[in-house]
Amino acid sequence: MDVSELLALTATEATEAIERGDLDAAELFAAYRTRAADEDLNAFTWVAEDLPEDLRSGAPLRGVPLAVKDLFCTEGVPSQAGSKILEGYLPPYTATSVKRLQDAGATLLGKTNQDEFAMGSSNENSAYGPVLNPWDRTRVPGGSSGGSAAAVAAGLAPWALGTDTGGSIRQPAALCGIVGLKPTYGTVSRYGMIAFASSLDQAGPFTRDVTDAALLYRHMTGTDPMDSTAVGHPEEIALPTAERLDGIRLGVPAELSTGEGVEPGVLAAFEASLETARSLGATIETCHLPTAALGLSAYYVLAPAEASSNLSRYDGVRYGLRTPAEDLVSMYTDTRHDGFGDEVKRRILIGTYALSSGYYDAYYGRAQKVRTLIAREFASVFENVDFVVTPTSPTVAFELGSLTADPLSMYLNDFFTVPMSLAGIPAISIPCGLSEGLPVGLQLAGPAFSENRILDAAHALERSLAFDGSPPRTGASA
Amino acid sequence: MIDSAEVLHVARLSRLKLTDEETERMAGELSSILDHIAKISELDLDGVPPTSHVVEVEQGLRPDVPGPCLPREVALAQAPAVQDGGFLVPSPQAG
Repeated sequence: MDVSELLALTATEATEAIERGDLDAAELFAAYRTRAADEDLNAFTWVAEDLPEDLRSGAPLRGVPLAVKDLFCTEGVPSQAGSKILEGYLPPYTATSVKRLQDAGATLLGKTNQDEFAMGSSNENSAYGPVLNPWDRTRVPGGSSGGSAAAVAAGLAPWALGTDTGGSIRQPAALCGIVGLKPTYGTVSRYGMIAFASSLDQAGPFTRDVTDAALLYRHMTGTDPMDSTAVGHPEEIALPTAERLDGIRLGVPAELSTGEGVEPGVLAAFEASLETARSLGATIETCHLPTAALGLSAYYVLAPAEASSNLSRYDGVRYGLRTPAEDLVSMYTDTRHDGFGDEVKRRILIGTYALSSGYYDAYYGRAQKVRTLIAREFASVFENVDFVVTPTSPTVAFELGSLTADPLSMYLNDFFTVPMSLAGIPAISIPCGLSEGLPVGLQLAGPAFSENRILDAAHALERSLAFDGSPPRTGASA
Repeated sequence: MIDSAEVLHVARLSRLKLTDEETERMAGELSSILDHIAKISELDLDGVPPTSHVVEVEQGLRPDVPGPCLPREVALAQAPAVQDGGFLVPSPQAG
C-alpha cells in the first residue's frame, strides 16, 4: 500500500487492513508522524518522536495513531491546555479516556492546539498561536478544539480527541468539514481532563466519518473510580449500519432556526440536508424550545462561574508558571496576571462576579433554573420527535482576527450548541454541504444515552449527503 | 453595567492583578457580556428548581480501600520551587 492510499483510509478501514495483514501499524504511524511533524497549520503543539515501543497492533484499535487535544493529561508529555501558565507542564498521569483508548490499541501521535483552557470558538485564544483552517488558511478552524479538528480535516491524523463544554467539538468539526460527537454528559470520564466547567465538560471524538466516531467513542465510555460522575454507557456502542430514516421524526426548533445572524448559505445547506432526510423517509416537524434561545445567557454565567473556581488552582505553587514576588499574595496575583490570557481573565472575572455576595441568586441561581427549563423542554420535545436538528454553527469559518475585538460576538458562535450542553444530551455534527466553498455542519441531538440511534441516523444521512472532505487533505482548493 | 472599581474588587477576589489599561478595558467588555446575560432576569422562574447535575444517576462510590498514591518526589517534580520535601513559597508577610 503506498503512502497516499494508506492516508486515504478512515481509521476503521485502517484497523481492518491491519487486522487482515494488508497494512503494517508501524508504517501507518510513521506516515502520520511525518505529516504531523511537517504540518504548517499550527495544529499540533507536540508530536511523538519515534514509533512507540508499545504499539498494540493486536488490540481492537490496532495501533492506529490518535491526536489528542492538549488539555488531556498525558504522562510525561507536555499538557499545556493552550495556556502559558502550564508551559512545559508534564503530568504525572494520563487521563482516563486517553488511557482507555491506549489500552484498546490507539497510539498517541501528538497533542493538538486549542483555545486556552478550552475558552473560545476560534482557537485564537491559544498561547501557542492560532490554528489555520485547512480549507482556507486565512480563516479560523473554530474552537476550542481547533487543532484536533484541523488535524483530522487536513489528514494529519486519522482521528482525534476533543472536549466540548458549549460546542467545542461540534463547532470546529462543522467549520472544518468533519464529524464531531459530543456524548451524553457523564458517559466518558473527565479524570485527567484539565477542567474548564465541570458540570458541562465532556470528551468526544473528531473523525472523518460517522463510523469512526462510533468506534472511537465505543472505547472511551466507561465508569471510573477516579470520577464519580462517570456513569459509562448503558449500551454497547455499535458501528452504525442504517441507510434509511423511515419512521424517524426530526424536530426543527422554531426558536433556534429563526436565530439572527445565520448566514443564508448555511441556512440553504441546512434546508437541503432536511430535504435529503425527507428523501430517506424521515418526517420533519417544527418543535418548540422556548427557553433554548436564552441558553447562551445562562451558559455565560454557569461556565465562567465554574471556571473561576476550577482555575483557582493555578497559583504558582505546585506546577506551571511562577512569577517571583516578595510576598505570597503578590506571587499569586502576578503569576495569574502573567500566565492567563485575556479571554481566561474575562471569564474568571465574570464567574467571580456572578458568584460574589449579593449577586449569586440573580446570576448563578437563575442560570441553574434556566438550565432546568431547557432540560425539561428537550425532554418534552423528545416525546414527539426522535432528534432535534439545527445548523451546528450560524456561520462558516470566519476570517482570522475578524471577531477578536468583540468577545460577545465570538460567544454567539455557540448559539446552536449551548442548549444541548446545558441539557447534558448527546449531539453530533456532520458535514452537510458547502457555502462559499466552506463546510457547513448539521447538528443532530437526541435524548441522554441515545448515541447509538444518533450515530445510525447520522450514518444514513452521511451516505446520502456524500460530502467530499478530500480538498483539505489533498491540498486542492475547494 | 460594571465599573472599574467593581472590576478591581472582583479581580482582588480572584487573586488576579490587572493593569490600569486592563481594568478599564475589562469594565467595557464585561458590561456588554453582563447585558447579554441579563436576559435571564426577564424569565419567570418561580418554583423552578435549580439544576447542578444534569444526568440523573446515582453517584458510584468505589470501595473504601487504601491504595498507592502519588509518590512525594513525583508530586514535587513540576513545582517551581521545592525545599525539604515540600513546596516552597514566598513569605505571606509583605517584604
